[in-house]
Amino acid sequence: MNAPWKRDGSANVPAGLPPPLEAIRDIVRRVVEHLPVQPPSFVLARVLDQMLLPRLPADAREALSRRIVELQITDLGIRVRLQLEARGFCVASVQGEPALRILAPAASYLRLLRGEDDADRLFFERALIMEGDTELGLVLKNTLDALGPLFGTRNTQSM
Amino acid sequence: MSAVVEGGSVVKPELVCPAGSLRALQMAVGAGADAVYVGLKDATNARNFAGLNFDDAQLREGVAFAHARGARVLMALNTFADARGVDPWYRAVDTAVAMGADALIVADTAVMAYCRSHHPQLRLHLSVQASATSYEAIEFYRRHYGIQRAVLPRVLTLSQVAHVVRLSMVDIEVFGFGSLCVMVEGRCALSSYVTGQSPNTAGVCSPPSAVRWQDTRAGVEARLNGVLIDCYAPDEPRGYPTLCKGRFDVEGRRGYAIEEPTSLNTLAILPELIALGVKAIKIEGRQRSPAYVEQVTRVWRAAIDEAAGSAGGYSVRPEWNATLMRFAEGQHHTLGAYDRPWR
Ligand code: SF4
Repeated sequence: MNAPWKRDGSANVPAGLPPPLEAIRDIVRRVVEHLPVQPPSFVLARVLDQMLLPRLPADAREALSRRIVELQITDLGIRVRLQLEARGFCVASVQGEPALRILAPAASYLRLLRGEDDADRLFFERALIMEGDTELGLVLKNTLDALGPLFGTRNTQSM
Repeated sequence: MSAVVEGGSVVKPELVCPAGSLRALQMAVGAGADAVYVGLKDATNARNFAGLNFDDAQLREGVAFAHARGARVLMALNTFADARGVDPWYRAVDTAVAMGADALIVADTAVMAYCRSHHPQLRLHLSVQASATSYEAIEFYRRHYGIQRAVLPRVLTLSQVAHVVRLSMVDIEVFGFGSLCVMVEGRCALSSYVTGQSPNTAGVCSPPSAVRWQDTRAGVEARLNGVLIDCYAPDEPRGYPTLCKGRFDVEGRRGYAIEEPTSLNTLAILPELIALGVKAIKIEGRQRSPAYVEQVTRVWRAAIDEAAGSAGGYSVRPEWNATLMRFAEGQHHTLGAYDRPWR
């Protein structure tokens, strides 16, 4: 049995939001909870098409292909469901169990995307939870690690 | 404690850091690693995880990057060649040589023999997977295959390490930090028992395809190929889903039957390790992110420089331990076997 989508901030929901966001968390959540899954998924799909797809190695592309990945931003109540198709990232249907579900607060996603944190560490601390196909999760993690920050890049070449 | 002196100065051990990707390699070198160790994208190394490791082009680029900054690249070829065919291991040796790796970290005698006959100039390090815990075993590998360094399994006490260093004619490398693999490395088949794959065969302990996390009423269950190995309460920190770190009911009591999830951290005994004449300190974690590699490398660079540079003034800085603690599996540290009273 996979975790139901919990909105009470307890149990299976990873904690941790930077203080400035913490103050408006409940307001943001009340608003976005009532939004359908589609708009944030659509926006993220376009962003990933631009920033990730051109750099995605063939093996990762194959592993992700036609598998539903669900991301839950636990502290903001946002849920996106994506699927990689031949033409790029698409919004996946709201029905059906995703192949992989990742639950983490916004701060964890941000730190990972900036290359500032280690997914294993977040996992040990329960600031990131993964359900479903662990291997797919690992492909995703290792691929993103190898690519480096998708934004806010620190230039390692100059070191 | 008297320091080891060569030509009038303390011998500073080499800092050997993990790199699961080109980016991690660049971060490690940038943060002060003297050497990085890497693997190819196949079962010839003990961290054969999807999306991890180097293809030929990345290895070539990594070697160029490291060499341009005075760092060395060691290639882990540390699984045991398959009876069905040793060719992938031999090909990996040839690849390492062609790409300019500075040394190979090897465990299998067939691979060592191939290196000796086909690439006699190639520097060989005996992998921890070979499980050589005594001076006599290391000497055997030196005489027969010309190994120039041995990585000691994490099962020896400090005095046992001292004994091996004193007698060995090759450099000795020890683990400084990272997740613990508690068995006499290279001899553990626990993972194979449940999943059919183990580090020495397939290059993976607990292959990810066999791992499932499930939220249940009792807590979050970690299963390996269907076998329940732990159940975590909602607020409990988690560890890697390996059989050795699972919690089991044994004689009516539930607990860590084999080993707790914890990380080795030898910062506290670094001056002693240097004084013994240990030639290299290894950081575990090719499966970890570049952020881990960079921050852990920075701590160890500073610690080694200070321990080797100051005459008796070394002390572990709280911020070093704080950084290492952040990344530790199980959120706590141990000196492991180094300070066990048993012999
Ligand atoms: S089961 Fe544990 S001791 Fe055995 S190889 Fe895996 S991590 Fe090491």
